[in-house]
Amino acid sequence: MASAIPKIQVLSLYKSLMKESKKFSNYNFRLYALRRIRDAFKESKLLTDPKLIKKEFEYGKQNLEIIQRQVVVGNMYQTEKLVIENVR
Amino acid sequence: MFRVIKNLPPVLCKHLLQRSVHQENAILMFVQTKNLQTDSANERFSLKHEEVGRPLYFDAQATTPIDPRVLDAMLPYLVSYHGNPHSRTHAYGWESEAGVEKAREQVANLIGADPKEIIFTSGATESNNISVKGVAHFYAPRKKHIVTTQIEHKCVLDSCRALEGEGFKITYLPVGANGIICLQELEKALTPETSLVSIMTINNEIGVQQPVTEIGAICKSKKIFFHTDAAQAVGKIPLDVNSMYIDLMSISGHKIYGPKGVGALYIRRRPRVRVEPIQSGGGQERGMRSGTVPTPLVVGLGAACELAQREMAYDHAWMEKLANRFLDKIYTKLTHVIRNGDPKQTYPGCVNLSFAYVEGESLLMALKDVALSSGSACTSASLEPSYVLRAIGTDEDLAHSSIRFGLGRFTTIEEVDYTAEKTIRHVERLREMSPLWEMVQEGVDIKTIQWSQH
Repeated sequence: MASAIPKIQVLSLYKSLMKESKKFSNYNFRLYALRRIRDAFKESKLLTDPKLIKKEFEYGKQNLEIIQRQVVVGNMYQTEKLVIENVR
Repeated sequence: MFRVIKNLPPVLCKHLLQRSVHQENAILMFVQTKNLQTDSANERFSLKHEEVGRPLYFDAQATTPIDPRVLDAMLPYLVSYHGNPHSRTHAYGWESEAGVEKAREQVANLIGADPKEIIFTSGATESNNISVKGVAHFYAPRKKHIVTTQIEHKCVLDSCRALEGEGFKITYLPVGANGIICLQELEKALTPETSLVSIMTINNEIGVQQPVTEIGAICKSKKIFFHTDAAQAVGKIPLDVNSMYIDLMSISGHKIYGPKGVGALYIRRRPRVRVEPIQSGGGQERGMRSGTVPTPLVVGLGAACELAQREMAYDHAWMEKLANRFLDKIYTKLTHVIRNGDPKQTYPGCVNLSFAYVEGESLLMALKDVALSSGSACTSASLEPSYVLRAIGTDEDLAHSSIRFGLGRFTTIEEVDYTAEKTIRHVERLREMSPLWEMVQEGVDIKTIQWSQH
């Protein structure tokens, strides 16, 4: 992701996505989001077509909004923690 | 947790009650580990040191959680846009209709169909009913024969049973030991009387994938309609109704991280497949499924389909990674484990294992901090061995000891490790108690024993 979007904006989007995803109260959603975002950015690093890069960037921005909303919804209906979260 | 508290001296309990939950847990864990050290002789048989919390979810074939991205698409239609999508006279209707039509397109895109060929139903069960009964009834005057398999989902088998009562002839194809049907047998079963072949794409219990393209080609050459129940396959493997010669396809919302209570049915338009509707009413969904289309659910199904299309390769790679990791762990630690169904022609997210000399239900009870099932959810209340396992020729004792591990998009590596470790521990523990296992260890072939009859 070099030409279409300044690197600093991409990095900032990545950081916001990760920061928001950490707020998911649901263990599975939280870990999936973190893994998916990391892998998506790794994959998109190889993109060269500016149009595609822009599209992916917009998709990331949309997802940031979704995550922000869903974190709020998830926090309203929290459940007991999973067995695996209590182990450590 | 409460069991441990009961075992503590009453004085300590009083103290515990005054502490915060956090401290309580820490103390409990300390007590538990201490217990472990002192009772090392009982440790192997003890179920006491189980952790606290909600069980891990390993039943992705029964249902999946709604993906937050899907819920996000649905919420506006639950909160703000309440119009009836069939209302043509005002804006409330139009905005709902737009949502429904977009979803129709999303579903169609996923399976390579035209949006006009998708009708929304209440789920794969209804789609299967409309397909099997609808086609059978419509073409009944000339054709009164239907071909299906022994390992179909209950709703297809039950629809066939109902048709049998009405005088239809049904052929239930057997499957091989790997769960796959034999194409020659299928071809032999087809007659000029046959109106429909109904064979599921991926089995819900053992995960085997039928050769759908080949089956479709056979049906096409004989001008017989081919219906496939793809509830477990849509969004997980690439499907294309045209290249696979599928005439009818059932889709379920809640198996692909969408909402429950919604599904879709693909019905081919060219050459046209006609069905007799089951439900009478306002003639919605081209007259094949009357009843107001549930906008929020349908929008959720559409979003889930679009997401599945986008994530298919990524999810599939993840499933393979998890399944291989899980199986490696089990196979290196345990012997006498049989994987039910073909190991190659299968969906990796469905791992059905039989642990010989262990009773499946007792293993399920022991693994209570993992949500598992011995087979399909519909029959999980009964202790009968699954008819799918009987169809693939599994021995009675092995059919009783089967467990289905269902992996999904949200399953983590840590969960897989935890489950594998727990499974290994409890299988070893239960085998340790089993006299049969002892005999096997001593080299006695159980099958040769003549049990005395009373």
